[in-house]
Amino acid sequence: MTALAARRPLQSGKLTAILLFLPPALLLFSIFVVLPILEAAWYSGFNWNGFGTPKNWIGLDNYRFVFETRAFGLAFRNNMLIIAVSLLVQLPLALTLAILLAERFRGAVVLRMLFFMPYILAEIATGLIFSFVYDGEYGLLAAIWRIFGAEAPHLLASPQTSMLAILIVIVWKYFGFHMMLFIAALQGLDRNLIEAARIDGASRSQTIRYVIIPLLYPTIRLSAFFAVVGSLQLFDLVMPLTRGGPADSSQTMVSFLYTFGVTRMRVGFGSAVGVILFVICVTFAFTYKRWFMRDE
Amino acid sequence: MSDSPTLRRSTFDPMALYKALFLTVVAVFVATPLLATVLGGFKSLGELRTNPFGLPQVWEWSNYTDILLSARYWTLLKNSLIISTMTVALSLIVASMAAFVFAHIRFYGSDMLLNYITMGLLFPAATAILPLFIRVRDLGLLDSYYGVVLPQVAFSLAMSVLLLRRFFRDLPQELLEAALVDGCSYINYFRYVTLPLSRPILATVGTIAFVQSWNAYLIPLVMLNSDALYPWPLGIMVYQGEYSSEWNLILAFITLTILPTILLFLLAQKHIVAGLTAGAVKG
Repeated sequence: MTALAARRPLQSGKLTAILLFLPPALLLFSIFVVLPILEAAWYSGFNWNGFGTPKNWIGLDNYRFVFETRAFGLAFRNNMLIIAVSLLVQLPLALTLAILLAERFRGAVVLRMLFFMPYILAEIATGLIFSFVYDGEYGLLAAIWRIFGAEAPHLLASPQTSMLAILIVIVWKYFGFHMMLFIAALQGLDRNLIEAARIDGASRSQTIRYVIIPLLYPTIRLSAFFAVVGSLQLFDLVMPLTRGGPADSSQTMVSFLYTFGVTRMRVGFGSAVGVILFVICVTFAFTYKRWFMRDE
Repeated sequence: MSDSPTLRRSTFDPMALYKALFLTVVAVFVATPLLATVLGGFKSLGELRTNPFGLPQVWEWSNYTDILLSARYWTLLKNSLIISTMTVALSLIVASMAAFVFAHIRFYGSDMLLNYITMGLLFPAATAILPLFIRVRDLGLLDSYYGVVLPQVAFSLAMSVLLLRRFFRDLPQELLEAALVDGCSYINYFRYVTLPLSRPILATVGTIAFVQSWNAYLIPLVMLNSDALYPWPLGIMVYQGEYSSEWNLILAFITLTILPTILLFLLAQKHIVAGLTAGAVKG
């Protein structure tokens, strides 16, 4: 096809189409995506409050300040924790449910939709719903505790439990999305392979373990990729629940950037955090592609 | 994968019982917070405290009607609707034009430009949020719908272009060849052949853009200052701040703000599921 097109280099209107159709996308993308990330690298060398032009060049000091802030360490640790829970709890849960719900039985479709619903809710709404669930006085959790005659714990108010509370919400909100990915993949599988395994005498669990799951590896790798990328940018959910507190115990890298960079208009410092996050995202994406998704 | 139902019914299968039990536990885990939110909005504060799970003994309809009759609620929805609609429209126009060129016209540097735009998949808007804020401020777009819409479109462009380009390429190539031989221009072909044939993918891309924009928080939070322009995620945070412990009112407000999303989901569930998972799989 392309060879055919290339044989007519002066095709009517080809140049017009290029000149008319490409610039809007390229301009928007350059002005609002590429330039800002380059500027972040530039601004991160200054001590600057965002007004006038940046003058006070301090080299790499902002990066040193970031790494010396206790809250950033906590935020980084929390992001790693979120990734771990996404991969070790959420992903297996999603896979199990997908295998159960890919079968046709009454109610399967309703359950699929129910499990997917949290994913389409806004993070803000989800966070508010769960700050009600966790509320020490009116919340659902408190009511359950009261049944057993115990004083309700204020999960969100204690540095020891705030992150646990957020992790539960993360699983609640996102497992349905991964489940749907797996269900879509399961429905695309070659039934013959599964039938063949059954005919050869493989038990149900053996079929799942040795046939279905290996066939799903590409989807598992993809789902893991989205889990990590999503975990790295978690922000909206944290704000209504804890705003990163108490004592920065539930800070994520983006909420750290927002709290310490944006609200205080420390442009250099915040840009340094942005650049660090950028480097982590890009390094991860390339490494992952190279190691795990070579064939896709 | 499944035994035939008749076979399974004849012998008692403990696995089926565990399965049902497990699904029930997960369903309760997912549904309880949602149901309690909707019902909580109908309760008085006192009843919410003593009876957070059950049906309300007295249905306090006024919690809901007061919000529905307030200008505040409708302003939030209006702002969200304007921002989301503008984002969807602009995304579809800009991305489909670019995707069309990338799908059908090869020229020196076309691969490079496509890779350039694909870079947008690699990092979230949060990484550049401060320079983005300064850029929008310097363009004079702070505290306007455009200040939210343009960055949102730009950051979703990579995904939209890739999805659309793949679909455009899969359309029968002979059509284009024939049209070009007949003297149809690329632009007319795009307008009269590609776009009408691409409704499914336009719906998918539009859905992704709409849901993302409708739910977005960070970019509006940074770009908007005045309550009058706030979309609902910002507005509901303000509302929660004002009524901090009147949970029944907050729950009613949450219910009413997520209602449009849930209605849309129930009406167009196939499209939304397909759209949101396709964005992941094919990206």
